[in-house]
Amino acid sequence: MKKIKLTEMAEVIRSKNSGPYELTLDIIFKDRENFELARRSGVFTKKMFAALYGIEADGVIDVIEFAPANAIKATIVRPVVSGGAGDSDIYGAQQHAPLLNIEVPMG
Amino acid sequence: MKEFLVLSPTAILGYGFPLSSFKEGLSRLPDAIAVDAGSTDPGPYYLGAGEPFTGRNAVKRDLNYLLEAAAANKIPLLIGSAGGSGGEPHLKRDVDLIMEIAGQKDLHFRMAVIHAEVEREKVRDSLYRNKIKPLGPVPPLQEKDLDEAVRIVGQMGVEPLAGALEAGAQVVIAGRAYDPSVFAAPACQSGYRPGPAIHMGKILECGAIASTPGSGSDCLLGRIGAGYFEVETLNPARVCTVTSVAAHTLYEKSDPVYLPLPGGCLDLKRTRYEQVAENRVRVTGSKFIPAQKYTVKLEGVKKAGFRTVTIAGCRDPVMISEIDQVMEIVKERTRDNFAGTGSDYSLSFKIYGKNGVMGDLEPVRDAVPHEIGIIIEVIGKNQETADTICGFARSTMLHCSYPGRTATAGNLAFPFSPAEFRGGEVFNYNIYHLMEVADPFELFPMEIINV
Repeated sequence: MKKIKLTEMAEVIRSKNSGPYELTLDIIFKDRENFELARRSGVFTKKMFAALYGIEADGVIDVIEFAPANAIKATIVRPVVSGGAGDSDIYGAQQHAPLLNIEVPMG
Repeated sequence: MKEFLVLSPTAILGYGFPLSSFKEGLSRLPDAIAVDAGSTDPGPYYLGAGEPFTGRNAVKRDLNYLLEAAAANKIPLLIGSAGGSGGEPHLKRDVDLIMEIAGQKDLHFRMAVIHAEVEREKVRDSLYRNKIKPLGPVPPLQEKDLDEAVRIVGQMGVEPLAGALEAGAQVVIAGRAYDPSVFAAPACQSGYRPGPAIHMGKILECGAIASTPGSGSDCLLGRIGAGYFEVETLNPARVCTVTSVAAHTLYEKSDPVYLPLPGGCLDLKRTRYEQVAENRVRVTGSKFIPAQKYTVKLEGVKKAGFRTVTIAGCRDPVMISEIDQVMEIVKERTRDNFAGTGSDYSLSFKIYGKNGVMGDLEPVRDAVPHEIGIIIEVIGKNQETADTICGFARSTMLHCSYPGRTATAGNLAFPFSPAEFRGGEVFNYNIYHLMEVADPFELFPMEIINV
């Protein structure tokens, strides 16, 4: 099946703390069409985000579609609390790169 | 119902704003100016050390314009999470700045100072009465956490701020506050519904970040009416779009539809966003649902020692391929050298070029960089221990041998002399919990000062 790169579908792909204990990943699609294609693809599941970041499935707190912003977001438990021993990204703003490799089947 | 206008000058007090945008905002005759001054994003240090994360002169620059504008237009100015973390030393820094500016400019006003530091024994008492629960993936609160906490703040809601306006304050400066509260409070106090008022605050609290192109150092104007609010840019270089405003509702939140806050939650399930002018978006359908029990978020930190770091680079392909073993050699040599001396420390490395940014979350495992950046980090029980261990680890890493080594003169490139940097005291979050309170004012005493 032909696939389309997420980077061609989305205009915002980012990560950020949601408080010191959680990391939230936002994908905001270019338009309703791309958002609908993504949500119908079934790609964006807890399992997919867990595999992408090499964490247990229960480390993904939630995956939520937010139609008013044409967005899908996932929130994961921070492996290290912000500023704790071994943390490498206090603001959590540079944990989005694995998302850039996602491809979505053109159903 | 007449519209009520709230001007947000910048994302965080001290981040600045163009005067042209601010003047444009004032020309719309706002009913209040409000600004958020804090965040937990910069990490636990600032709350623990009692240090603001914004520069004194940068904050003074912003406050100069805000205080003058509030006085000249006879409108209230509200500041939330003063000094960044909103504890007593943070609040004092910003209150002192206000007094200093008022003296210099001969401004006179009634000021409310709302405190947000929470006494440890008060929290302990609530813990005994089973009125504390973790917020998210946080361990349950233990008495030990309270014993170890160096500072605890509570995050106030809209009510104490609206109460300060009710008491006739023109300038309201608050310790730790839920970010949207300072924007929502003047609207709520004037009779507007909390749903749209708090949601408007959520958009305004980061200044022009909710516009496109976004900026953390520019103004945004909110206007609230019966059953709706609108946000608009004041700089012709930016616009608010449905996407930029709706997207901001996602920002730094786990769930964009139900947003918990002091005393309830925002329900945005039926919220609609509509472009009503090129730079202006109207939002309708935002609802506030009061909680059965009023809870306040607590934030607290404990001491975790003292930090010293060394920064170095490496361009040797053999050393880069052996870096995991080199780190083990250095750790073992250091452990062996200081065995029996009672040195209490942790030694760790960050290897930039090899999972330095993402650590365990990094999916790329087999990259072979041509150079790497190395941070040697030591946290010791005191600064001297951290300095000693870091210096020893540095000299060991510089001269240790590893398989296949050809560069026998030294393994590291140091960009600086001295090589070691003191990071000072280290703090860790240990309290991030919800505490049930009898009323929204309980933890947040207010004093009125006639400036």
